[in-house]
Amino acid sequence: MVKIIVSNTEYKVPSNLTIMKAFEFLGWRLNRGVGCRGGFCGACSTIYRLKGDRKLYTGLACATLVEDGMVLAQIPINPANKKSYDLEALKAEPNTMLEFYPEIARCISCNTCSKACPQDIEVMDYVQAALRGDIAKAAELSFDCIMCGLCSTRCPAEISQFNVGILARRLYGRYIAPKYNQLTKRVKEVEKGKYNAEISKLMKADKKELVKQYNSRVRE
Amino acid sequence: MTEKIAYYPGCTANSYAKYMDSTAKTVMQKLGIELVELDRWNCCGTFYGLADDNLYSQLAPIRNMIRTLENGFEELVTICSMCYNTLKRANLLFQSDDEKATRLNDFMYEEENYEGNVRVYHLIDILKERVKLETIREKISNPLKGLRIAPYYGCTLVRPKEVSIDENPEKPTILSDLIFTLGGEAVEDPYMTECCGSYLTVKDKHLVADRTNKIVGSMTRREADIILVSCPLCQFNLDRRQKEARELNPSLPEVPIVYFTQLMALAMGVDHKELGFQDHFVDPIPILKKRKLIASKQKVAAKVSK
Repeated sequence: MVKIIVSNTEYKVPSNLTIMKAFEFLGWRLNRGVGCRGGFCGACSTIYRLKGDRKLYTGLACATLVEDGMVLAQIPINPANKKSYDLEALKAEPNTMLEFYPEIARCISCNTCSKACPQDIEVMDYVQAALRGDIAKAAELSFDCIMCGLCSTRCPAEISQFNVGILARRLYGRYIAPKYNQLTKRVKEVEKGKYNAEISKLMKADKKELVKQYNSRVRE
Repeated sequence: MTEKIAYYPGCTANSYAKYMDSTAKTVMQKLGIELVELDRWNCCGTFYGLADDNLYSQLAPIRNMIRTLENGFEELVTICSMCYNTLKRANLLFQSDDEKATRLNDFMYEEENYEGNVRVYHLIDILKERVKLETIREKISNPLKGLRIAPYYGCTLVRPKEVSIDENPEKPTILSDLIFTLGGEAVEDPYMTECCGSYLTVKDKHLVADRTNKIVGSMTRREADIILVSCPLCQFNLDRRQKEARELNPSLPEVPIVYFTQLMALAMGVDHKELGFQDHFVDPIPILKKRKLIASKQKVAAKVSK
């Protein structure tokens, strides 16, 4: 058993649990700050300190094991600067990122965002790429972002990094990434109704038939 | 074998001033040096932080020193004067103040400790001291004969004197030497080391227009055809703000503002279409044609099409 401190109260929990499972071990029902439980959705961002250590650590409650003396707090949401835009009306130009998120020019390269990232993304590097208009690089480096928002909470320049990253990925996907002809071809086939018969057959099938179809699938 | 040197383009040479970057690479390749862009780099910090007790502003430049070492180099060259000034001064601070160096290394605990062993150069330094002007002269196939070029240093190439690329920051000659090497005529002007107004162009463009009027005006009174710069912000200010400067002084002639790397490439025989002149507010092509430095084939073609 290890001791964790939540809201200034000590609790004893088994040492092999994640923070999230430890909460449920204590009988708490989680309404906020919980999602996929698999480290993908970014809903359970947590900050904590360890006994005798000056550093503030960050992590996902579903993917971080409890440690003895852990003082922790859940962050239910990370308020962030989020711009709305019509992607079709944008251009992937050097200043597009700066136009929507001018605060990226405030980045002082302290790298606190990268230190906070539970996905080990080089967050500062993608903010820097966005700053110099390298949208493709910003998209590539931010690809693993799960939008937990811990970077933005820690940033001394008050940048909403994860929203910068998703704008870069949207611009990249819409304007920069090479077009896949195969996809265009398949979309046309779908539009022409090539798969309609098969889909309506599936929609009408009962559970037994669906199980049979699933078990005999040729591709994942 | 081609010599390699770590290269820091900076944000502007990576976007708006991309022809400064591309012409620098072309020119250096012809001179037998490959500029190897760092695989990871961040903003230089834009300007050197003068506040003695704020080390935050030194993080960006020093982190680029660490990246240089990670890329296996101990020398870093840049082409943007502002990047040069910021990187060089931060590095000097790091080398001369152990306490600050320790605090910076402590803050960047996720990086390898930096020992202060990177040397920062401006490309003009490398051209003069390492490549040597004689070598450049041998590569000139289109000497800039008859072109009156005013060198413009601005502030950051020569001030403070610790980082000056010329031993005489008050009256530098290094750019004139380069201009003579390219076969041009150097038009030295007292305004060549005056400030262009720098980033005040965002907040107060009329201040910059006033500076532009004084600088460009003085240089044209000495019959300069073209002004040579090494900084994307000086280029933007002196070029773009001529429009506002003409509101102050309607008789101010149009003078193109070009990078030293563009003129070097032109003198080395690179096709003018590859020099990025289309990105300039004041088009350099008419004066270059007038001085017969570019063939005026287009004119003939236009006549035929009529």
